[in-house]
Amino acid sequence: MSSSGEVAREASIRSQTAPRSGAVWIRLEESLLPSLVALLVAAIVGDILIVVFGQSPGAVYRLLLEGTWGNSYGFGQVLYKATTLTFTGLAIAFALRAGLFNIGAESQLAAGGFAAATVGLALPPGLPWIATLPVYVAAAALGGGIVGGTAGVLKARFGAHEVITTIMLNFVVLALLSYLTAAHLNVPETLHTTEIRSGALPRFSDFFASFHGSAVNVVLLLAVLACAGAWWYLFHTRRGFELRAVGLQPEAAEYGGVRPGVVWTRAMAISGAIAGLGGLNFVLGYKHYYEEGFAGGAGFLGIAVALVGGTHPLGAALAALLFATISQGGLAVNALVPKQFVEVLQAVVIIAVAVSVPEVRRMIRAQRKRA
Amino acid sequence: MMPTPGAPAIRLTDIHKSFGPVRANRGASLEVMRGEIHALVGENGAGKSTLMRALSGMYAPDSGRMEVADADGILHEVTGWSTAEAIAAGVGMVHQHFMLVSTLTVAENLMLGAELTKDGALRVLDTARAAREVDALSQRTGLRVNALQRVSELSVGEAQRVEILKALYRGARTLILDEPTAVLSPPEVAELWQVLRHMRARGETIVLITHKLDEVMSISDTVTVMRHGRTTARLRTADTTPPEIAREMVGRDVVLATEMRQDAAMAGEGWAVARDGESVAPASDARSLGTSSFPLPALEVRVLAVGNARRTRAVDDVSFSISPGEILGVAGVEGNGQTELIEAIAGFRQVRSGSILLDHRDITHTAVRARGQAGLSHIPEDRHARGLVLDYSIAENLILGQQHRFARGGFLNTLDGDRIADNARRQIAAFDIRPNDPTLPARALSGGNQQKIVVAREMGRDFRVLLAAQPTRGVDVGAIEFIHAQLRGARDAGKAILLVSADLAEILALSDRVAVMYGGRFVVVLPRAQASESVLGPYMTGAEEAA
Repeated sequence: MSSSGEVAREASIRSQTAPRSGAVWIRLEESLLPSLVALLVAAIVGDILIVVFGQSPGAVYRLLLEGTWGNSYGFGQVLYKATTLTFTGLAIAFALRAGLFNIGAESQLAAGGFAAATVGLALPPGLPWIATLPVYVAAAALGGGIVGGTAGVLKARFGAHEVITTIMLNFVVLALLSYLTAAHLNVPETLHTTEIRSGALPRFSDFFASFHGSAVNVVLLLAVLACAGAWWYLFHTRRGFELRAVGLQPEAAEYGGVRPGVVWTRAMAISGAIAGLGGLNFVLGYKHYYEEGFAGGAGFLGIAVALVGGTHPLGAALAALLFATISQGGLAVNALVPKQFVEVLQAVVIIAVAVSVPEVRRMIRAQRKRA
Repeated sequence: MMPTPGAPAIRLTDIHKSFGPVRANRGASLEVMRGEIHALVGENGAGKSTLMRALSGMYAPDSGRMEVADADGILHEVTGWSTAEAIAAGVGMVHQHFMLVSTLTVAENLMLGAELTKDGALRVLDTARAAREVDALSQRTGLRVNALQRVSELSVGEAQRVEILKALYRGARTLILDEPTAVLSPPEVAELWQVLRHMRARGETIVLITHKLDEVMSISDTVTVMRHGRTTARLRTADTTPPEIAREMVGRDVVLATEMRQDAAMAGEGWAVARDGESVAPASDARSLGTSSFPLPALEVRVLAVGNARRTRAVDDVSFSISPGEILGVAGVEGNGQTELIEAIAGFRQVRSGSILLDHRDITHTAVRARGQAGLSHIPEDRHARGLVLDYSIAENLILGQQHRFARGGFLNTLDGDRIADNARRQIAAFDIRPNDPTLPARALSGGNQQKIVVAREMGRDFRVLLAAQPTRGVDVGAIEFIHAQLRGARDAGKAILLVSADLAEILALSDRVAVMYGGRFVVVLPRAQASESVLGPYMTGAEEAA
């Protein structure tokens, strides 16, 4: 029906002119360009909104940049916010590679933070952070991993759709954590636990004075490591090969000796664990206690991070920086435009990506054909 | 004025149509005379379906001119018309994949889009009248259907009749049939030819898309051949020969399967005439048959029962065994349990009862990978869904199912990129996969080259038993030759092969023994020498059951 022989021939011509690197370049172009176009569209929509508010776009954007990347406090805050978003975005991107839509990063993040706090409260005070970090990492990963893994098991065993189960688990898990905190752990009259006295993580401001006041801390390095690890796992290991095959074509993966149910369970557990690690940022790096509602929607914004980042670990980190910038920048421009401006801008970015990914790819391919 | 036969009914000139980078038609032309059966032939991917979909209004061509004659035989330009306009002008198409609503009855399907209603404000559907009209049409055309039956209850052959009726019900005077015989048994094919000849006699025009040359020879008046999106020849059927058409299709000389059938040695004759029920041949029986020259069976299936979504016994107590160096061909109309049989042996589908032995080891309940390690290879029937991960590169697809062998040990299980690339280079060269860039996604390859990836992966390693399901479906003639040669080579090298194909010619060309599957059972198993289309045909429809 389709003259695919023709494609093959064109592909072979292409491969002769640009050996090997050709395919890589095509993939890079197709994965980066849509996001850039989306940003451009979002910027234009933002301009229009700003003008409607009676302000000058130039002034607002300048203020936004000055309040974020323009000074080290603002930049520190951007990095702090990007840390959590990197974890949730990476978690969602990871699950998407297995063909799973994890809407539960919000509760996985909270569960990770809660597990870390519970462990922290049980530890004797005064231990050095470098000694306790592995314990905290394990606790946070386990907390988030159990929540994510539950959705994975429900899908593998009973065929329950992960979108439904992860959404519902959000309610169940957040309510449970709320109960546990209120009943057993909280400081009276507050929504948070008592302070953790062991293994609080150093902030960047401890090393670089100019970050003073911002919450960015060594969990950022963990986020970078998580991205690198997820990238290696997905693209360079047998398990990653099998996971992506399940995500692309579960039947072909099954044919290739992979049991999709096992992969789904594993992928959801790992995804949940990654989201859970994000809890360390707030609990150990910032406040040193667990507080109800600390996730604050980062688990849901992670969906946008994963999609804008092209479901690639590196892309997730870059997209997290973008959304953190918009979010922090909202505070900076609050004097000129209402705070909902930033929320609208984030939404426009997401919609623009949803539209531009298929559209831009189509245009790139058409362009290539003419070339 | 009644238009004279022999005047053009359709004229398509220099049609171009691209889908993204795929140039499906690039200068295709077609002229069909009124009252003829016109065969449109070409390899898969030659652009036949695209051209006909343009004619039926589904696609607008990028450029070119389309003309269709009206009832008076006068040509009108209709370039880029809609399906509604095409139907109104009497051009109807029967698609390869049925477009019927399975929960509705035959009559309801026919009137869909032009529903008959009773008078009154509520516009209540007049199903009774629709049923009467369908019955009348059915009588007139000889296409037998039950107007009140739900489409979900129909066999494929019946569903196809409904598709043809649907086109005629809407007033089609020109009927386009896209590969209509792919799902039919030989008697059903004969019946279809009967109906088409009737229609021709009434002055209706038929375009038959096919890649089967025997069909072209037996039914058509004129042949148009397409290759790579272009029209390469227009021949009178009476003045041409299959080799000539094949040459136009491929662009070079080809050996046709029907000419080389006979070289399949009748190796297993004495030993292997097993019928349903008695073919549970335990090793001792095999020896007692005096076939000591034949080794013990490599694959043995004992009273196997397998269910699917609709039937609990889609495979119903099937037993057989295959010796090393033997090809057992399973013929039959699709949907008679072949898919379930293969999937059960491959390990994707739960077995209800019975057992599967590979080299005398019971593998009935082992995992897919364990079967692979035990020596089972599998060319699946649907390479797009199962055989390939289309977005994976050629190199990655060449290790699918073998990924554990390309992983370094240790906790991380890192894949060894060098060995994967090495393997890809070797397989690409050995199986002539084109283009030869291992980093290209499988999606970018032609059907034949995609299938070569599957064949290379499954046959390019050590194996004992091969399941080959529809190994040449949707594959160009050149690749068919190649794959057939591979299968014969493997047989000669002592492999046991279970071949399932909807293409009876392929079964007859390759098999040492032929089984016919009908209603989940092996209704007959014959040595190749005793099998022929006419012998097997009745079994394929269930008209004849083995004693």
